[in-house]
Amino acid sequence: MSDVKKVLFGPILANNPIALQILGICSALAVTSSLSVSLVMAIALTLVTAFSGFFIAIIRNHIPNSIRIIVQMIIIASLVIVVDQVLKAFAYEISKQLSVFVGLIITNCIVMGRAEAFAMKNGPVMSFVDGIGNGLGYSAMLIIVAFFRELLGAGKLFGVEILATVQNGGWYQPNGLMLLPPSAFFVIGLVIWALRSYKKEQVEEPEFKIAANSRSQEAL
Amino acid sequence: MASSNDSIKKTIIVALSLCLVCSIFVAAAAVGLKPIQNTNKDLDRKRNILSAASMLEAGKSVDEIFESVETRIVNLQTNKFATQEELQSAGINVATFDQQAAAKDPSLSVSLKGNDPAGIKRRSNFSAVYLVKTGDKIDRIILPVHGYGLWSTMYGFMALKNDFNTVIGFGFYDQAETPGLGGEVDNPNWKALWKGKKVYDDQGEAVIQLAKGGVDSSDPKAMYKVDGLSGATLTSRGVTHLVQYWLGDEGFGPFLSQLRSEGVQ
Repeated sequence: MSDVKKVLFGPILANNPIALQILGICSALAVTSSLSVSLVMAIALTLVTAFSGFFIAIIRNHIPNSIRIIVQMIIIASLVIVVDQVLKAFAYEISKQLSVFVGLIITNCIVMGRAEAFAMKNGPVMSFVDGIGNGLGYSAMLIIVAFFRELLGAGKLFGVEILATVQNGGWYQPNGLMLLPPSAFFVIGLVIWALRSYKKEQVEEPEFKIAANSRSQEAL
Repeated sequence: MASSNDSIKKTIIVALSLCLVCSIFVAAAAVGLKPIQNTNKDLDRKRNILSAASMLEAGKSVDEIFESVETRIVNLQTNKFATQEELQSAGINVATFDQQAAAKDPSLSVSLKGNDPAGIKRRSNFSAVYLVKTGDKIDRIILPVHGYGLWSTMYGFMALKNDFNTVIGFGFYDQAETPGLGGEVDNPNWKALWKGKKVYDDQGEAVIQLAKGGVDSSDPKAMYKVDGLSGATLTSRGVTHLVQYWLGDEGFGPFLSQLRSEGVQ
């Protein structure tokens, strides 16, 4: 049981795919300008990761080594198309906002990473749980980023006005930069910083030492 | 096990059967959900038409309200409603007419090379317009417009009163401008500014435009001007161009002036 728990909740803080493994950054930049869109993206990615892990684990003993990446891609791509179709049918407004990014789940490194690293070696149920866990880690990160971006960039949360903006006769001057993709870099960077200050073991060994400032001879 | 997995036979069998299973799966989802998706698209278009004409009412479904809207096709070359023969020879069915597809079809559209203020490259010869009538009289008319902003082609609807000059409402249903800057074209407060503005000046020129820095209410031309979007000069310019293009001489201008003088045939 503790195994399941570790697989399920480990990726949220201890082994977050975005914060620690720095995977799936591209979609985290693109869709986090509003909370509702991020939430749908998070659910979609979680489902795709979980089910792709499940199906790949079922046939893992029959996948020829030479075409295993292609096999994984086909399964992931099929699932993504299904998710996209379902969104278009049942959540049309949001699918319009997500537009191409649902399709880009196919190339999301988290999905491929979990398929290759976990589902090829573990049973279907555990792979499913692992997919959900990593999806949750991705979701947590996406929601944190979207929370700050939507609040500071548009003064809203889930489209509901929290800070009355100047455009609507309030006091808050929205920060337009927060709505542009680069701001997600800043927020993710700050979250990683906070996370690694709290969990020191995540801090990586520096790859090289920064030399002390050298002073020019003339100045002496 | 491992060695037999890597045999050529096994590889081909796995690849083929996987492709077969996945394609059935995907095809089933696509075909099975198609009807719901089409209803969604249709509903979205109708909702935007009604919202431009400020006809949306709480508690009434979009389809219910849309029943009072009549869809007609305009021939932008003769500047009249397209006749049955014209529609037949062009192979157009009013109910399923797709203007975006028609604009790409060389036999149904003209190239705008050299004179393309709205940045749309080709213009369809036919356009749908939506009429709301009381009895035989047109009450309001809703015109589809589109043009290029900063990043994207913006698609919208412009609703006019039956003087074919006063704006009832204006809004985009498809755009991908910068959220928070150009994307503010979707802001209800900004859209509300269009209401009551005039499109044509005394000479019949489509002069309506976005004014940089806001409209000065003492300006004698204030009724032809709408506040520009702050921080979105290029999107604002795109909106001005596309509105002036579609309501001007190359677009619906001559058609509307004919409606004004002759009424509906």
